[in-house]
Amino acid sequence: MQSGGRESVVDVALRGGVIEATLTPSRAKVLDRLRVGDKVFRLLTRAAALAVLGILGGVMFSLVVGAWPALQAFGFNFLIEERWNPVTERFGALAPIYGTLVTSFIAMLMAVPIGLLIAIFLTELCPLFLRRPIGIAIELLAGIPSIIYGIWGLFVFAPFLQETLQPFLISVFGNIPVLSSLFAGPPYGIGMLTAGLILAIMVLPFITSISRDVFEAVPPVLKEAAYGMGCTTWEVVRYVVIPYTRVGVIGGVMLGLGRALGETMAVTFVIGNAHKVSASILHPGTTISATIANEFTEAVGDLYTSSLIALGLILFVITFIVLAIARYLLLRIERRIGA
Amino acid sequence: MAFNTALYARRRRRNGLAMGLSVAATVFGLGWLVLILGVLLWEGFSGLSLAVFTEMTPPPGAAGGLLNPIIGSLILTALAVLFGTPIGILAGTYMAEYGRYEKLTSIVRFINDILLSAPSIVVGLFIYEVMVAPLGHFSGLAGAVALAVIVIPVVVRTTEDMLLLVPNPLREAATALGMPRSVVVTRVAYRAAKAGMITGVLLAVARISGETAPLLFTALNNQFWSLNLNAPIASLPVVIFQFALSPYADWQKLAWTGALIITLAVLALSIMARVLAAQRKMS
Repeated sequence: MQSGGRESVVDVALRGGVIEATLTPSRAKVLDRLRVGDKVFRLLTRAAALAVLGILGGVMFSLVVGAWPALQAFGFNFLIEERWNPVTERFGALAPIYGTLVTSFIAMLMAVPIGLLIAIFLTELCPLFLRRPIGIAIELLAGIPSIIYGIWGLFVFAPFLQETLQPFLISVFGNIPVLSSLFAGPPYGIGMLTAGLILAIMVLPFITSISRDVFEAVPPVLKEAAYGMGCTTWEVVRYVVIPYTRVGVIGGVMLGLGRALGETMAVTFVIGNAHKVSASILHPGTTISATIANEFTEAVGDLYTSSLIALGLILFVITFIVLAIARYLLLRIERRIGA
Repeated sequence: MAFNTALYARRRRRNGLAMGLSVAATVFGLGWLVLILGVLLWEGFSGLSLAVFTEMTPPPGAAGGLLNPIIGSLILTALAVLFGTPIGILAGTYMAEYGRYEKLTSIVRFINDILLSAPSIVVGLFIYEVMVAPLGHFSGLAGAVALAVIVIPVVVRTTEDMLLLVPNPLREAATALGMPRSVVVTRVAYRAAKAGMITGVLLAVARISGETAPLLFTALNNQFWSLNLNAPIASLPVVIFQFALSPYADWQKLAWTGALIITLAVLALSIMARVLAAQRKMS
């Protein structure tokens, strides 16, 4: 690679310099052309870099413009109103916001501990020859398109939960005061719990791979010193690795949360699309993204469409904040490890 | 020397518990992969036949295939890469070659990383607002642009990373020979970073080939054979979505088959990207 690179430099120099100089009449002309080409190329790349910012600005602007009629009609009440009635054209975003938060919370509750444990396994316990294959397998989980999770959730996972986990939860918690309302109702199969569990499987690889990367960046000296003092593997992880990488781990978790909040297809299949705020996580609900995916093409009337776009705006703002915090934390750990 | 054996036993127990849990978590994580792929292969392969690739999507109750959505997906993906890759590569080039230490670069990098994981349904809404609503109709072109918006951040990221890995002496040597900056970039830096940049494009293709949400209200769907980019066009993910949620058994069967095709394509692409990246590291 090194020697190949050097050879090609010579090749290019020969072609670019000698041949053009001998074939074209005036050397000055060639130089001029190169100078102009240089400027144009620089401007072109700069414009492309600015275009990336333009995309963000464009998304923000178009969503605000699209959402304006709804925001004007409902004002702040849009955020706290549960009613979602296309016939009377009364729209409130409470149910989708609630569903989004609940499903993401369930997902993180499961995915964070499991993701961290897998990362601990990969960095501390796993035999070297298995590290790469298992790491790749976990990352393949991240590569599977979300619609696959959706169809699998609808046909396989939801019926499975309906027959096993959900009746179990209902019978176990049925007589305990607070928990009985949390796990109330018939086992629908689809619902907020199912959506949350599928989201957990989806964000697991993100949390695992980022935690593994930051765990691997811990200077071996620190770990060796702890092992030298007689610490167990768990103590090394608990008192050396995790404190050292805390910022990065939180960044990875936030990144996973950003994914969970905005995930559309996997949730749309199994959430049930019910505009209701119900205490039971076994009940069907809806999320922001699922509402948009289900209703947007069928929305009749400007106010309906605008309300859906307003939902999109809320989702974008929430995920933007979460992702910005995630990136900021990851930047901080990068600097620390680099330093 | 009196050892506190109770303390040792407790520490060992705690360690054993934590390590046991982490092994269990890994088995659990891999278990999902096996379960999902297993069901997918089982359901998908039983529906796989030549007709899937040669016939159009059927009305309910009739036999048919997935030819129009497969072709539609290929067209949309190709166009999205065609639109998105040049912008992504140029932006990455600016960040790594021209503005490496500029404030603009760190801002663009930050925003790009956010766009990388922004919800794709919002991209669909954005393109609906700027292309579908003004024109008054759904179109394949709008779908391709929506996918391109998803391609750009992936390509920007990998291009910048790969160009930053190109050793500076290569650039200095080329500059010392009198090459202008643009020639140094295009003939030297790009050549050295080629494998990595192709990896980025492959990853982007893998990412968009399963994207459904941005297509729902841009490209929409089409039951019939259509290559007209100014009209709704069928795509595999949207057809899977529609067929899977339908009450008809043959549609659901086709949805599984389509899901299998997409998954195999995505897995093949990401394994290709990995092999390419690994070769780079070894040489």
